[in-house]
Amino acid sequence: MRWLIALLLLAFPVAAEEVVLGLSQDEIAITTSFDGSEIFVFGAVKREAPIPEGELGVIVTIAGPSVPVTVRRKERRFGIWVNTDGVEIESAPSYYAVATSANLDEVLSVRENLRHKVSVPSMIQSVSAPNTVLDASAYVSALIRIRENSGNFQLLEGKVVVDDETLFRTRIRLPAALTEGAYETRIFLTRDGNIVSQYETAIDVRKVGLERWLHSLSRNQPVVYGLMSLAIAIFAGWSASAAFSLLRN
Amino acid sequence: MQIYLPIAEVSVNAFLLLGLGGMVGILSGMFGVGGGFLMTPLLFFIGIPPAVAVATEANQIVASSFSGVLAHFKRKTVDLRMGVVLLIGGLIGAALGVVLFNYLKAQGQVDLLVKLCYVVFLGVIGGLMFIESLNAIRKTAKGGAVPTRKKHNWIHKLPFKMRFRVSGLYISVIPPVLVGLCVGVLAAIMGVGGGFIMVPAMIYLLGMPTKVVVGTSLFQIIFVTAFTTMLHATTNFTVDVVLAVLLLVGGVVGAQVGTRIGVKMKAEQLRILLAIMVLLVCGKLAFDLLVMPSELFSIAAEGGH
Repeated sequence: MRWLIALLLLAFPVAAEEVVLGLSQDEIAITTSFDGSEIFVFGAVKREAPIPEGELGVIVTIAGPSVPVTVRRKERRFGIWVNTDGVEIESAPSYYAVATSANLDEVLSVRENLRHKVSVPSMIQSVSAPNTVLDASAYVSALIRIRENSGNFQLLEGKVVVDDETLFRTRIRLPAALTEGAYETRIFLTRDGNIVSQYETAIDVRKVGLERWLHSLSRNQPVVYGLMSLAIAIFAGWSASAAFSLLRN
Repeated sequence: MQIYLPIAEVSVNAFLLLGLGGMVGILSGMFGVGGGFLMTPLLFFIGIPPAVAVATEANQIVASSFSGVLAHFKRKTVDLRMGVVLLIGGLIGAALGVVLFNYLKAQGQVDLLVKLCYVVFLGVIGGLMFIESLNAIRKTAKGGAVPTRKKHNWIHKLPFKMRFRVSGLYISVIPPVLVGLCVGVLAAIMGVGGGFIMVPAMIYLLGMPTKVVVGTSLFQIIFVTAFTTMLHATTNFTVDVVLAVLLLVGGVVGAQVGTRIGVKMKAEQLRILLAIMVLLVCGKLAFDLLVMPSELFSIAAEGGH
């Protein structure tokens, strides 16, 4: 019976409460002096009826483009530490941040997390390990650990501030080492762990100016890029030598 | 001032890079070495991905050797004929080196290869230099004579002989081609010019006069590192021109300061200092390989760089 109600609720979402969102910026430009960025996410809960029962929760997630990665483990061979086994992960976001208004397991039920893929581990998919690797999960937790240490994965529990069950805001930091692409931003509004409203948008992260020009030149016309690098080097070498003899005279 | 490197895709302090370039420049001015064998490991230590460090350093060496070779051309201390023979070997070696580099990169072993090469070569060269300069200091203290070189060895029995007028040699082309080949492989794998291997090989193996050795090796290094830069730029996309320029600027200024310091010091003292520094870098790299890393796992983007 409860299942039926849940299904009905999903099929005909009653828009009793709705998210209205604002972003401090919907575009991030990676310039030469880029050293990370902070995004201010704010919004309000729009409702036409009185405040419903149940604990209100707000979850904000930002996900960078997902790419396949290989996680390798070092082992001691002949006295030195060498990469031995590797596990391929078909899809892992290069950046992922989850900010919540309380502990994640309080504002989101396990079932909803599975369905909407909110928590950090649920974003990592299709792990394929060779037969020699028996503990593939250790590689997945290593991936999460490394990316958490570099600030690329963030779990910001309790960092969303909610005022009067209506206004909410949070700040999410993006590290300097960012991959280009569309950063999918999702806001979930929950009541007792069930999602009642959801809003999606994207933040565009791209290199601009000199950074963009050099990067695309190096990929699209590597020969021209290589020759240009050499020309710069030879010119610098020549001018150094010329300056040298000027100083001596 | 943080600066975002477009190819390495990391943000580093621009002054740190200028400083590193300047420091290695001073050393290369003082000791008359290219400095690639010190700069590349230093770039590893500040977090530049090894593949980018190696490819970018090759590009930087083009600049410093070009600046050096111009001075040698003026003094007519370049054996062009020998340079071209060394170069033929060098180009073949660089191509082989890049193939090996890319194969091991696919296996996830490239970092290990580069670091092992460094430990072995820095250890051997640093150790030999240390012993040799200690002996030299002891000898000058005693007032002994400078040892003379043997003029004839097995190298003079090989076929395909050729006359090298500037060096005053009539020897087979096989040994110079092989020397060039080894240096080419090293240039591609380690991001070094290879002067520190080639100069002793030219003096002791080929028997070239010392005054033409440096100019000729610089001449060969320009072309081999330029070729390596192109190979890395077109197959791996790992040459970071912003990084190269920052290192260049520091290096050029440092080299001028270094040459002036170098003039005031004794040759043996200089060599022993250089040997100690080479051994220190070697020791740090070896330590990292031998000691259990704090993080056993590493992430590599598939098909990326």
